[in-house]
Amino acid sequence: MHDLVAITALGGPEPRVDTIGGVTCTEVPHIALASVAARMGKESKSTKTLAKLIDAPTPEIGRWTGATVSAFWAGSDQWMVEAPFDTHEDLAAQVEAAMGDAASVTEQTDGWVRFDLNGDNIPAVLELLCQLDLRKVSEGSAARCSIHHIGCFVLCRTAENYSIYGPRSSAGSLHHAIVTAMRSAL
Amino acid sequence: MTQSNRLDGGQIDRNTSLSFRFDGRSYTAHPGDTLASALLANDVRLIGRSFKYHRPRGLLTVGSEEPNGIVELRTGARKEPNTRATTIEMFDGLEAHSQNRWPSLKFDALAVNDLFSNFLSAGFYYKTFMWPAAFWEKLYEPMIRRAAGLGSLSMEADPDEYDKGFRHCDLLIIGAGPAGLMAALTAGRAGADVILADEDFTLGGRLNSETMALDDQNASDWAAQAVAELSSLPNVRLMPRTTVIGAFDHGIYGAVERTGDHLATLPEGKPRQILWRIYTQKALLCAGATERPIAFENNDRPGIMMASALRTYANRFAVTASQRVAIFTNNDDGHRTAADLHAKGVKIAAVVDVREDAPTNYDYEVLQGAQVVNTKGRHGLSFVEVAMPDGSTRTLDCGALGVSGGWNPNVHLTCHQRGRPVWDEALAAFVPGADLPVGLSVAGAANGVMSTHGALHSGAEGAVKALDLTSTPPDLPEAEDAPVTQKPFWYVQGCKRAWVDQQNDVTVKDVKLSYQEGFRSVEHLKRYTTLGMATDQGKTSNITGLAIMAEVAGKSIPEVGTTIFRPPYTPVPIATFAGRMKGQEFHPTRLTPSHYWAKERGAVFVEVGNWLRAQWFPLPGETHWRQSVDREVRQTRASVGVCDCTTLGKIDVQGTDAAEFLNRVYANAFAKLAVGKTRYGLMLREDGMVMDDGTAARMAEDHFVVTTTTANAVSVYRHMEFVRQCLFPDMDVQLISTTEAWAQYAVAGPNSRKLLQKIVDPEFDLSNEAFPFMACGNVTVCGGLRARLFRISFSGELAYEIAVPSRYGDALMRRLMTEGEEFDVIPYGTEALGVMRVEKGHAAGNELNGTTTALNLGLGKMVSKKKDSIGSVLSEREALVEPDVLRLVGIKPLQPEEKITAGGHLMNTDGPVDAAHDQGYVTSAVYSPILNSNIGLGLVKNGAERLGEKMRLVSPLTDLTVDVELVSAHFVDPEGERLRA
Repeated sequence: MHDLVAITALGGPEPRVDTIGGVTCTEVPHIALASVAARMGKESKSTKTLAKLIDAPTPEIGRWTGATVSAFWAGSDQWMVEAPFDTHEDLAAQVEAAMGDAASVTEQTDGWVRFDLNGDNIPAVLELLCQLDLRKVSEGSAARCSIHHIGCFVLCRTAENYSIYGPRSSAGSLHHAIVTAMRSAL
Repeated sequence: MTQSNRLDGGQIDRNTSLSFRFDGRSYTAHPGDTLASALLANDVRLIGRSFKYHRPRGLLTVGSEEPNGIVELRTGARKEPNTRATTIEMFDGLEAHSQNRWPSLKFDALAVNDLFSNFLSAGFYYKTFMWPAAFWEKLYEPMIRRAAGLGSLSMEADPDEYDKGFRHCDLLIIGAGPAGLMAALTAGRAGADVILADEDFTLGGRLNSETMALDDQNASDWAAQAVAELSSLPNVRLMPRTTVIGAFDHGIYGAVERTGDHLATLPEGKPRQILWRIYTQKALLCAGATERPIAFENNDRPGIMMASALRTYANRFAVTASQRVAIFTNNDDGHRTAADLHAKGVKIAAVVDVREDAPTNYDYEVLQGAQVVNTKGRHGLSFVEVAMPDGSTRTLDCGALGVSGGWNPNVHLTCHQRGRPVWDEALAAFVPGADLPVGLSVAGAANGVMSTHGALHSGAEGAVKALDLTSTPPDLPEAEDAPVTQKPFWYVQGCKRAWVDQQNDVTVKDVKLSYQEGFRSVEHLKRYTTLGMATDQGKTSNITGLAIMAEVAGKSIPEVGTTIFRPPYTPVPIATFAGRMKGQEFHPTRLTPSHYWAKERGAVFVEVGNWLRAQWFPLPGETHWRQSVDREVRQTRASVGVCDCTTLGKIDVQGTDAAEFLNRVYANAFAKLAVGKTRYGLMLREDGMVMDDGTAARMAEDHFVVTTTTANAVSVYRHMEFVRQCLFPDMDVQLISTTEAWAQYAVAGPNSRKLLQKIVDPEFDLSNEAFPFMACGNVTVCGGLRARLFRISFSGELAYEIAVPSRYGDALMRRLMTEGEEFDVIPYGTEALGVMRVEKGHAAGNELNGTTTALNLGLGKMVSKKKDSIGSVLSEREALVEPDVLRLVGIKPLQPEEKITAGGHLMNTDGPVDAAHDQGYVTSAVYSPILNSNIGLGLVKNGAERLGEKMRLVSPLTDLTVDVELVSAHFVDPEGERLRA
């Protein structure tokens, strides 16, 4: 077991939590990510294998599915697999083993920072942040968008629970944008 | 002060009193007032001084079209100049000042300009301040600027928050008058997602200004009831205080919501304004119409206002501009104002109607076929002179004059995508043309439908058509449906100083002068006279200006044409466009994994794109950056240094065709690169110029990790995606960026291996034999953490790059520093990095400047002829391979202390210094602490063959000449022995 101590994307030892007007924004570092991109001609095999891996139908365009290990659509025949970090730090290796020669798998765990929004009236915050048509966003949605000129994914877990993924190096700017929008909207 | 001009009724809350100050005096008002209505209520007619002649001016209108009543609102850092009093919603403690006057509003020294008006006609500045040219910047311009009628800035940063947002709807309705409300009711009841936006704080448009009935209700009550119903519909979003400022592509509209302008103080964190981008399926413009004035002699005195504005002030705000009012009109609407004011107890001096068949009235006198020919009153209107049809003159004693020249539909948004309005003869006005922005339709007065019934009907119909509704539209309330025709009457003949554009002090005479002097195109007229410029954008003046131009040109108005309307519809603070993106948040910032550690070490940071990189790490006692950088270079070359190079782009390339894909993307060969090896690669653009350089490490048969320069990380990724998706869609290749995922550090210097041996787990053999130069592989560090190790060198030293998952980057850097203590390890920044790469002769961004080929950079042999790759053919164009093309060389001054200047040009030792004799230029320049000399890299004609030649480095602009010698670009370790050690 190595002895290096991790810091969060915002630079702290513990995740940052901000609560404003009934909505909580939580930095979520305990997530492992691996990207899956189907190899040419193996799209169907990839879809089936991924479904088995996440124990749920492979997500369609703009959706996420799964439970402990889940996946969201990231592009044409591309997905991002999410799992708890503590039990799946080697997620990329696990996914690679599962996908075999059907897909290319890349570790993405620390490529991203995740902020979860919990509470009522989250759409009022999101409409200040991104151009998504929130009328069409519902439980199970996963959409790519730009927040504060930062490319992000927005996942709707439930009406009161959203996840925002942004590039890890921009965590501070993204966090500032989210918290400012929360102050503004709530 | 008492509100001596208050009337009965109105939509104000008389139970609450608000206090406000104008030019230092205290007044009272009520909620529901604007600053304009409150000033009138307190009998303040004089509000500002005009732009050029500093003439006393008051309010002309009641809305956002106001040209005259502009003030400086609030104080201190929140001061906002050029704010229209007619749109400022009253709040307790409001403070405003008149502008463009000195020393006071009543006595303004520059009013002397008015006496010289004959000299200050259109084009005065262009004609007068021509000579001497040197005077313009230092004397004329500052002088004119001081005199010109603009408010003053606070010169402090705006302390308020602003925001931006995005909304979506099926139907955006712009304007909440009768047409807009009816459209919203129709679409809302049918279940459509509707946004109804209006610039006013009370929705209802003209319905709030009129005394007419809709069914058996007062018009404003009907509007309030409609608004109440719309508020209850979950699918309808009402946006009062929101101006739709522009119609943009694909049904996207810009809208400014003034969320905090009406508050004395903003709640913590709340924005003052929000700039919304509204994505629509369809949009319906219900922006109404603007009443147009008639120009006559001295028609700009405070108290002379639009007749409809007088009516709104009376009916909605319960205010009259004076207790004695006259009307000057060419249409029936002026009479409506007279009737309403009379009913409110205001004395009507007379209605002056240019029409000989004008309707008469028992309650007040109507002067048929008469015209207002002059006015009197120093700081406000006192008398009006009327020319009677029989040639006699009448003088009317009045403190306010309502003017009505008919109505112009508000077509602005229909023209935002270069659509042109068309002339409607019956209305004598422009109405929307056929080429509207996609998805936009127009209803109500904005479409030339001038009756209330017509507006209601066209609003409902507009919603039905826009959304293809099949449900039955709601029943229309009964409302007046009088036919409206407008006979044009633009200005009173024979007038000398009759104002067309009051905001810019443009008179009838100025427009005619513009024509005489040859500025006859509408666009030229606008620029020569400034007609229609500034905050009101000519909403009350443009058509009159066109009409006068048409008359003198002997053309019709449509033949003269219109200037183009552009967004924004009304002025928008720059801060609103910026939103949250200000100061340090102007753009997103990217931090490296070692950022917090570097900050603790006192690193000086530099922006590289969005990244913040450590530039150098000063130690106590170091007072100049060169001391830090020289030390970092010496120490790295002497022992070991560590540099965060996470910012270099990392692209994961996988797939069965990954090797062949890279073979095509890179100019040099990659297909046969062995697993566990890294290769330097050169990427060309299609035109043969160098796009980027970097390395590709083969982690497995079907897996490469490509690195790019920091600057080109995004563009190279984009290029590779383009190649993958568009050029070679049949290749099995998958790309994904992993730049952020790995914290990557360069560990360089003769002791780098020893240091890494303390970090990398012992089962991995780092000896030169087992892990030679250009090796790569997966390893573990610090007891089992997965890591990647590359033996590559940018410094020319024995060097590695070690990468761990980013969350451990901070810890790894600290560990490298602790474990490296025995080697006196130091961190180095981008400056030392730059010095060492110049010493080693590596091309970087300064050399990969978009104009250089591989041959220029001394890398011509890398462009493989044995295969095809992007750019390889065009890199051989004749002009690019001529013998004397620029070649990369090293440059040393003959005197080591003499500075090499990047950007300086190289000339032969003899001969002229000019472009024709230019031999090349310096791309990079540093001080080398290893060579104890300034050195540089440069591109010189046939440079490779000229090593040893003496030249002059010149910069004629800065009077610089340095004698230099061309040398090999590889100043340090030209044989590469160190990096292979």
